[in-house]
Amino acid sequence: MATRRIVMHFPQTMIDEPIISRLVRVYDLEFNILRASITPKQEGLMILVLEGDESKLAAALDEVQQKGVRIEPLEKEVTRNDDRCTECGACITICPTHALAMEPDTRHVVFDPDKCIACELCVPVCPPRAMETPF
Amino acid sequence: MPKTYAEINEKIRAGEAVVVTAEEMIDVVAEDGVEKAAEHVDVVTTGTFGPMCSSGAMLNTGHTTPRMRYQNVWLNEVPAYSGIAAVDVFIGATAIPENDPANRDHPGLFNYGGAHVIEELIDGRDVRMVADSYGTDCYPRRKLDTLINIEDLNQAYLLNPRNAYQNYGVAINLNPDRDIYTYMGVLQADLGSATYCSAGQLSPLLNDPYYRTIGIGTRVFLGGGVGYVYFEGTQHNPTEARSGNGVPMGGAGTLGLVGDMKQMSTRYVAGVSMYGYGVSLSLGVGVPIPILDVDMARYTAVRDDEIVAPILDYSRNYPYNEGGALGHVSYAQLKSGSIEVEGKSVPTAPLSSYVRAVEIATTLKEWILAGEFLLGEPTQLIPSADSGQGFKRIKERPVNNGGGAR
Repeated sequence: MATRRIVMHFPQTMIDEPIISRLVRVYDLEFNILRASITPKQEGLMILVLEGDESKLAAALDEVQQKGVRIEPLEKEVTRNDDRCTECGACITICPTHALAMEPDTRHVVFDPDKCIACELCVPVCPPRAMETPF
Repeated sequence: MPKTYAEINEKIRAGEAVVVTAEEMIDVVAEDGVEKAAEHVDVVTTGTFGPMCSSGAMLNTGHTTPRMRYQNVWLNEVPAYSGIAAVDVFIGATAIPENDPANRDHPGLFNYGGAHVIEELIDGRDVRMVADSYGTDCYPRRKLDTLINIEDLNQAYLLNPRNAYQNYGVAINLNPDRDIYTYMGVLQADLGSATYCSAGQLSPLLNDPYYRTIGIGTRVFLGGGVGYVYFEGTQHNPTEARSGNGVPMGGAGTLGLVGDMKQMSTRYVAGVSMYGYGVSLSLGVGVPIPILDVDMARYTAVRDDEIVAPILDYSRNYPYNEGGALGHVSYAQLKSGSIEVEGKSVPTAPLSSYVRAVEIATTLKEWILAGEFLLGEPTQLIPSADSGQGFKRIKERPVNNGGGAR
């Protein structure tokens, strides 16, 4: 079994295609949608966790990409601008997965992209606006 | 054997002064005791870095041709104050552009304001200045639209009415349903989070609780450059209740600080946005505390577990001045990551950066060790607990229209 946390960008022409149901029916994958939206430019955006057989997962993602869906790993979606971060800690009680946390001994505020689910709650809460998203 | 400022400065000049940070002083006193520490240590450096809303910048742009007396001024669309003369401009940290949506779409983002203008000036970036005036015989010009840069200004200094609060409240939200958006950050409903804003054992005024060494003329680290205490800060309240060690149990003393922006760095002066609240300035301040006697050694060895802060409900009791604190917690408890409030474990988050506070105290220590920074002996100490000076609320009175008031 393999797990992938990904962001799918659907072009406008594909918004009405049943991509996710094919992943389930044809490739036998489990999915958990963390976020989904359609941007003002009519691009579809979906953040999801996929779980299934390693080779089937790879084949499924190949097919989806060939159809024109752009796929990025999830951790790329929220990044921390370390030049702006002052390590105050205002984010740490807001982050639901503790991807943002304070090291008790050093008092450093650390960001672990592997734990981030790109909920973006930290973005407006960060006083110096250090948490950034590309969209 | 008490020491004088002159003696300590002589040692600093000779490169012989013993300087430690307030964090290091805890260990020095634990190992050597206060008597020996008082003899051995000359200066303890402190530091704090956090949002300090009551801050601003005084700028003199130089005169225009023909001359102009600014009546209204905007810097990058943020209104500044020019009710002085003639090309002096004061920009406050919390000012926001007149067309900012503010909280009309609550919670507002407050992405830009006076504090960001101040940061950009310090960063050496050009800032657009628009001014208008009514014109006089001596100042005929009525309009100005130009770029300005800190390099070209005659003066650019931070002139902050209230910085370095000695201790502060811990903010929580008792509202069962609604998250609230405050200057203490986002407070989650039903005791979902608690925020605090002090460097605790490293904080300047917590290391000199009775201001025995701090007053007008005290030389400080301000925003990465050298600054000075020019007066007590606004709302300075030395008569706040104190614990047995003399440390106030809530917000008490404050400092009015001034310093040349041309020396400052954006690492220690940053515009910040408090979601749903407004704009503020995160600022780094460090105060050197001379160890004049045994009492100063004892005060500067204060630890997080000996400093307590009041827990205040920002959903009701703070905004409406109802009720008092829900209890007190120590900074050691706050820094552990959670506190107990009304039987519930509440996760804590600071708004003040402890790592940057350590960096400031360490930088100030290095400046003193290098002989570059001498202590400024206060010409007048700020009022202490024996002054009887308190903290008043405004007394609202009915206006008598016949009585000559406009």
